[in-house]
Amino acid sequence: MRHILSLLMENESGALSRVSGLFSARGYNIESLTVAPTEDATLSRMTIVTRGSEDVIEQITKQLNKLIDVVKVQDLSDGSHIERELMLVKVRASGDLREEMKRLADIFRGSIIDVSDKTYTVELTGPGSKLDAFLQAVDPAAILETVRTGASGIGRGDRIMKI
Amino acid sequence: MADMELTGAEIVVRCLRDEGIKHVFGYPGGAVLDIYDAIYKQTAFEHILVRHEQAAVHAADAYARSTGQVGVAIVTSGPGATNAVTGIATAYMDSIPLVVISGQVPTAAIGQDAFQEVDTVGITRPCVKHNFLIKDVRDLAITLKKAFYIAATGRPGPVVVDVPKDITQHRCAYEYPASVSMRSYNPTGKGHAGQIKKAVQMLLEARRPMIYTGGGVVLGNAAPQVTDLVRTLGYPATSTLMGLGGYPAPDPLFLGMLGMHGTIEANMAMQHCDVLLAVGARFDDRVIGNPKHFSKEARRIIHIDVDPSSISKRVRVDVPIVGEVAQVLDEMQKLIQASTEQPDQAALKAWWTQIELWRAQDCLKYDRESALIKPQYVIEKLYEVTGGQAYITSDVGQHQMWAAQYYPFDQPRRWINSGGLGTMGFGLPAAMGVQMAHPDAQVACVTGEGSIQMNIQELSTCKEWKLPIKVILLNNGYLGMVRQWQEFFYEERYAESYMTSLPDFVKLAEAYGHVGIRVEKPEDVEPALRDAFGKYKDRLVFINFLTDPRENVFPMIPAGKGLSEMILV
Repeated sequence: MRHILSLLMENESGALSRVSGLFSARGYNIESLTVAPTEDATLSRMTIVTRGSEDVIEQITKQLNKLIDVVKVQDLSDGSHIERELMLVKVRASGDLREEMKRLADIFRGSIIDVSDKTYTVELTGPGSKLDAFLQAVDPAAILETVRTGASGIGRGDRIMKI
Repeated sequence: MADMELTGAEIVVRCLRDEGIKHVFGYPGGAVLDIYDAIYKQTAFEHILVRHEQAAVHAADAYARSTGQVGVAIVTSGPGATNAVTGIATAYMDSIPLVVISGQVPTAAIGQDAFQEVDTVGITRPCVKHNFLIKDVRDLAITLKKAFYIAATGRPGPVVVDVPKDITQHRCAYEYPASVSMRSYNPTGKGHAGQIKKAVQMLLEARRPMIYTGGGVVLGNAAPQVTDLVRTLGYPATSTLMGLGGYPAPDPLFLGMLGMHGTIEANMAMQHCDVLLAVGARFDDRVIGNPKHFSKEARRIIHIDVDPSSISKRVRVDVPIVGEVAQVLDEMQKLIQASTEQPDQAALKAWWTQIELWRAQDCLKYDRESALIKPQYVIEKLYEVTGGQAYITSDVGQHQMWAAQYYPFDQPRRWINSGGLGTMGFGLPAAMGVQMAHPDAQVACVTGEGSIQMNIQELSTCKEWKLPIKVILLNNGYLGMVRQWQEFFYEERYAESYMTSLPDFVKLAEAYGHVGIRVEKPEDVEPALRDAFGKYKDRLVFINFLTDPRENVFPMIPAGKGLSEMILV
């Protein structure tokens, strides 16, 4: 079962390696992991997408809470939440493809943020499934390079994670 | 005020003094020269120079185990730190409060592959409760305060503080904080009242109850509470290897140790009980064997532990209680006293009748007529000669199991062994730590000829400090536990488990300035022990007992099997 975990942790050097080290040492899998400081620069917010049975997810949550630098852990999948991922895709955009790529980007509400004679770079945000769908819609031969951030998540409505 | 400023090295020393530390175990080197210079100029604590950094950490660890205080070790950068890793991992697996201060190359040299540089914080990260790299001398005092706080509270554990050499030379004003609070670390103290109530209800309804205690009882100073609870209810109790002494072993309510080498009565009662109270224990593989086999029998489980991640990790429990075990047991006792309900005495009697049938099998019997020295006999005599009051440290292997089985500890913190990591080489440095903490106590290190050679250089430290430790070497010429597994599970192919070219241990002991005794016959066992604890009371005595090379540890649950699948003698 896929779970999306949110963490608030002290913005200390090495904090990320404590989290990633925990996952590798205990054999948990990480599908994606994103991290950046919050509006309070002493705190980092991390989003981890992982998979596991309920027992495994319970252990992951407990083990994360046990890390001294971790202030708070929330399993966003426990309630209603939103997740978004950013993808940059460099696609072939010469000849017939130039118009088609523009159209596809529009359909997916992406924006073209860099242009050369032969390429476009498309910026797309959305749930991971939308980004997957875009990649499927494009002829694989036209995809030159992709980079994805992994999911960031937040609770809906009054569901707030703060200290 | 500039004149109040201290160097980082002086701050380290002052922090240790202000923390009330009396003994520090360590080994100097380039990166910690300033710290050692500051140690040279102070008198608040004694520094014990070991002969290998691993021993410094084991000694500090055993010091902590036997006193309940935080142990302290100091090592230099690079190899000093890597040598300490085994000790740190040992303490981590057994949840021992420890602060290890490691030197580091100067800040500007970090990452340059400098001489004696390793990424100590990176290397120790998976085997510490927490670690720190100091980047500013102004953080030093508060960080050390945090280190002691983290090490000692909640589920205890080792904390490493890595101090670059330039930081030990920088100056700043010194102030040791009286207390520290961390928003990210708030260990749970009190158990949930509703859960405690539920647990008591469940305990009182039990028809086949069992109380299973672990190292958490010793670490949490909850032995009196456990003893009271067991006696109030009249329920059977067992203990893990780590919990021995948490309940007085000679008491008839105690069924002996459980687990891979536990007694029949403890393992069978554990398997067949209907309500299980687990206190500061974690259902590990050496204790319950195969969790699937364990779960075949229906039982309700109450689990008290200070660490939430220990609960429902290997076995699902019905009533989890997170909190300090002593506090939770106090609350339970109050509720039991106030309750009008009583356990069903007829059911309890029937359960005890069953348990006594298991106990009657006398699973710890061994051949007392043998012409060879039986290792079990040596431990029994050690118990007699010391009146059961010694601190016993052990190494890892068959001798460790025999010590656990045949020395019935009646108080906590007397049995000092590496249970989780199973570190050979632990016993002798551990005995040093215990003897430093308890100069007048009887301290014996039960060991094997494999284990003792893993830190034998410490005989030199023992000489320097005149530590009257008794080394009880059960010498069977084999890496006995390896040999036992090879006999049972590898069709007697004894690959590399026979040790030839053993040293003359008597001469070796004498070379280090100690007393050496060689014992070859059963009738000489007791006199040798009496000499060691009598005539040579003030000396380190190394007794080389030549024991039956074919003796095995029974009962035994093969790895992956269940509690009721024991191999018996």
